[in-house]
This record gives sequence, structure tokens and C-alpha cells, in this order.
Amino acid sequence: MNEPVMLRAVLLGHGGMPEGMVDAVRHITGCEQTAIVPVTNRGMSPDALTAAVQDAIGAGPGIIFTDLPSGSCGFVARRLTHNTSQIVVISGVNLPVLIDFAMNRAMPLEDLVPRLLTKGRAAMGCAPAHLEDHADRAASNR
Amino acid sequence: MPIVLHRIDERLIHGQVVVGWGGQLHPDRIVVVDDDLAGSSWEQELYSLGLPPEIMAEFASVRNARERIPKWRISRERVIMLTRDAATMAALARGGLLAGEEINVGGLHHSPGRRQALPYVYLSDAEEDALRELAASGADVSARDLPATRPVTLDQLLQDGTAH
Repeated sequence: MNEPVMLRAVLLGHGGMPEGMVDAVRHITGCEQTAIVPVTNRGMSPDALTAAVQDAIGAGPGIIFTDLPSGSCGFVARRLTHNTSQIVVISGVNLPVLIDFAMNRAMPLEDLVPRLLTKGRAAMGCAPAHLEDHADRAASNR
Repeated sequence: MPIVLHRIDERLIHGQVVVGWGGQLHPDRIVVVDDDLAGSSWEQELYSLGLPPEIMAEFASVRNARERIPKWRISRERVIMLTRDAATMAALARGGLLAGEEINVGGLHHSPGRRQALPYVYLSDAEEDALRELAASGADVSARDLPATRPVTLDQLLQDGTAH
């Protein structure tokens, strides 16, 4: 029986955010050091950043998680997915998404990505809960 | 309305430009001058993802931009003009087209062949020459990543890494 392919991942973001979030994921899940590779854009040219992410993600299959959907990190990530279906970008990452990835990286990419999007969106909430209704109304009034 | 910011920033449309400078200058349009991007619609789409709906993005070749700079200057729109490197800005400025304008060096980061001048500015010999060419054309060149930071003059910038 074939061993499942373990997906690779990069967390690409601003400042100390990637290292900090990956450290938190390792602390919570005990996942191996290489499960998610943190890459910061601090002090990096677009070409150097592209090379660092490319080196970490290889040819995939894998996921590049980014903090923002656009800007230097989002752009580098989306550029690397051009012309390949083996690498996916998930932006607006949060800790529940990364934890779920670390625990389920043997799943096929096409099954795991929708699962992670659902987990990440569901993780956003607030207390008191009635303010969430206000957010829904604000969204529908946009 | 004059062009409110001329900036050299290899990240082009990103947080510092849209939020940092955009929050102060309230641009209506960001013009990216770049021969490669002017011919790449999918990359234009990627860069445009970073803009709020009230700011338009436009991508122009150097040649096209040189023709249109006089129109942008008298337009009612507030325009930010970006290039990803010093050579492109120098090409725009040739013949004194940007004489008297402030040119903001906003972000050229670490890569092979560049020396650090500031935490956010690394320059190769060719890039230093391009900045000198800009200054010789009459432009006022200084480095500043965000509006709240202290501007660094070109002379300070070229003093072999002593500007920071």
C-alpha cells in the first residue's frame, strides 16, 4: 500500500508573524519542524522572497498560507501558483486553519483546501454573540 | 493636480503605499510604470487586488507614461506614480521631465550585488548611478519608507552605508 503524500506548506507574512504562528502550531500540535515553513517578507526583495518560498514549497503538492490576500506576500504566493495546480494559496490565514492543516496534511490537496477554508471562516466569531448579527447586517448593506 | 508621489519601490502596490502613503495623500489613481507589467494582464490583476475600490490602478510603459505625465499633472485626480527600480524612474525623468519633483526611494531590499544603505534601501552600483542620473536631471531624490519617518537625502544615502 502506498504511503500518503504529506502536503508541504509555507506560511508567508509580514514581520514576525510567520515565525510566531508556526511556533504556536508546533506548540499545540507537536507537528514536525518541517510541516509548515515560516517565511517573512522583512527586508526581502520580491525576487529573494520568491526564491525562499519556492525553495520551501518545491513543486508541491502544497499550500502557501499568506496573511493578506494582496501586497508583497500575496503577490509572490499567487505568482508561484501561476501555471500549476499542485500549489494553492490560502490568504487571511488564522491559527485554526494552520492547526487543521498540521493535523491533516496527509489528505489530498483538493479535499483539504475546502475543509481549511470552512474551518478558517468558522473560527471567526465574537463575544457578545449578538454583535455577529450586526456584522452580517453590515456585510449585506455594503 | 500635481502627481502627489513619485516612488521607487520594488514591491509596487503594497501596504506601505496603499495604507501608509495612501492614508495621507488620498490618491484617486496609482500608476505603475513598468514595461513588463504593462504587457501582462494577469500580473496587473494580481497587483490590483491590493487596492480599495476608490483607487484606480493603471499600468503604463515608460514611453506611454512619458507622453501622459503632462496630462496627469493637470488632471483633477490625485496620482501616485510607482516604478519598481531606479533605472525606470531615471528613464522617465530623462530630458528634465521630472525636474523639480521629489522622488521618493521607498523600498529596494536585500538581494545579491546590493549594499545596505538603509534598513529598507539596498543599492547596487548600477542603482546608485541611476539615482545620480535622476538627481542630475533636476529631480530631488530622497529615501523615506513611510510619511512618518525621517527623509534621508541622496547624499546621505550614497555615503557608503552610513545613512542609518
